[in-house]
Amino acid sequence: MADLIAPMSGKVQKVLVAVGDKVEVDDEVIILEAMKMESPIFAPESGTVKEIKVNAGDNVAEEQVLIVIE
Amino acid sequence: MFKAFQDLIYASGFVQLTAGQLVMWLIAFVLMYLAIKKEYEPLLLLPIAFGVMVVNLPITHLMEPNEGLIWRFYHYGVEWEVIPPLIFLGLGALTDFGPVIANPKTLLLGGGAQGGVFVAYFVALLLGFNLDEAASIAIIGGADGPTTIYLASKLSPQLLGPVAVAAYSYMALVPIVQPPIMKLLTTEAERKIVMRKQRPVSKLEKIVFPVVTAIVIMLLVPASAALMAMFMLGNLFKESGVVGRLTNTAQNELMNIVTILLGISVGATMTAEVFLQPTIITIFILGLIAFIVATATGIMLAKFMNLFLKEKINPLIGAAGVSAVPMAARVAHKVGLEANRQNYLLMHAMGPNVAGVIGTLVAASILLTFLK
Repeated sequence: MADLIAPMSGKVQKVLVAVGDKVEVDDEVIILEAMKMESPIFAPESGTVKEIKVNAGDNVAEEQVLIVIE
Repeated sequence: MFKAFQDLIYASGFVQLTAGQLVMWLIAFVLMYLAIKKEYEPLLLLPIAFGVMVVNLPITHLMEPNEGLIWRFYHYGVEWEVIPPLIFLGLGALTDFGPVIANPKTLLLGGGAQGGVFVAYFVALLLGFNLDEAASIAIIGGADGPTTIYLASKLSPQLLGPVAVAAYSYMALVPIVQPPIMKLLTTEAERKIVMRKQRPVSKLEKIVFPVVTAIVIMLLVPASAALMAMFMLGNLFKESGVVGRLTNTAQNELMNIVTILLGISVGATMTAEVFLQPTIITIFILGLIAFIVATATGIMLAKFMNLFLKEKINPLIGAAGVSAVPMAARVAHKVGLEANRQNYLLMHAMGPNVAGVIGTLVAASILLTFLK
């Protein structure tokens, strides 16, 4: 089980996965806008998306858990 | 009747229009295109382009000393050195020095990228530019618009237009110019280096930073005073948290007002007689060399530091030492992600990036100290 945490503070632009989706390590799962730049955030390991803790438009702080992958 | 018509024609600009001015219109249109269609630094490039166009309309006297409207903007804004420091006030209010405070080593990287400025300076001297002109051209390598304008207006106002346009063009081209150099100078393994999370920075540290930096740098390089004082004042506004209104004005309204005046003034310095000389091409090439070398020296310094550091830094962030904020940091972030998708360098790269602004400012002030 792994938590995907925000590597930097910013605003969630898009969540690219849904609960129950299978993801591979390095899959693009979230687009985060930081410093006026959209940056992809990649899955830290392979597994199934168990919980999505943020919605598009949310402001997130550094280290905040975005997605729980199991 | 015919006579009146003839007089009207002769009083118009048409008869005095020169071929050079038509070429300048073309340049103005290209700049407008780049600003509007490609969004290359449009906030500055658009007023610059319009300034180029109107100053190349004959007998309008817009840049006539003591008479023309734009001359007044230029004289009281740029020659009196009012506008660039006010831009720095706004930049200070926008800059977060947290990444530098968390990792002070990045200050060195911000300095390392100024290598491009000094290399370009000597190349420009070899090519026959005089000391003042060489300095104004070399500072393009710092990729800092207001500093470039400030230095050129003091040392060689005749080059102000071209060096400003070169600086802003290359800043817009950061995402194209930098990555090939970054990949050339680093190994795949180096690009994959993951950097540890930065420590949190306290509010007190952020308040003390601009005060201490202002004192230290202005004591070291007094010629930096005008820009440095405003830069750090803006940052103190922001970090103090108690003058939201002033911070907002510095970041937004004031910055926007002076940007308009600066843009059109810089554009209006580019008359056909001044701009259309063979040396212009050389200036653009030298600016590019300065920029490339700055990227390279930033990376090489990071690699050199790694020889001594237990906890390695990713050399890509060295390239962010050119002070195009935050474009250069974004480029480091993107190139880093290409090599390792679990490596988010953005905040690490912001350290050298904002340190680069201080670095360019100091480099300009050193040049100014020796040349004035």
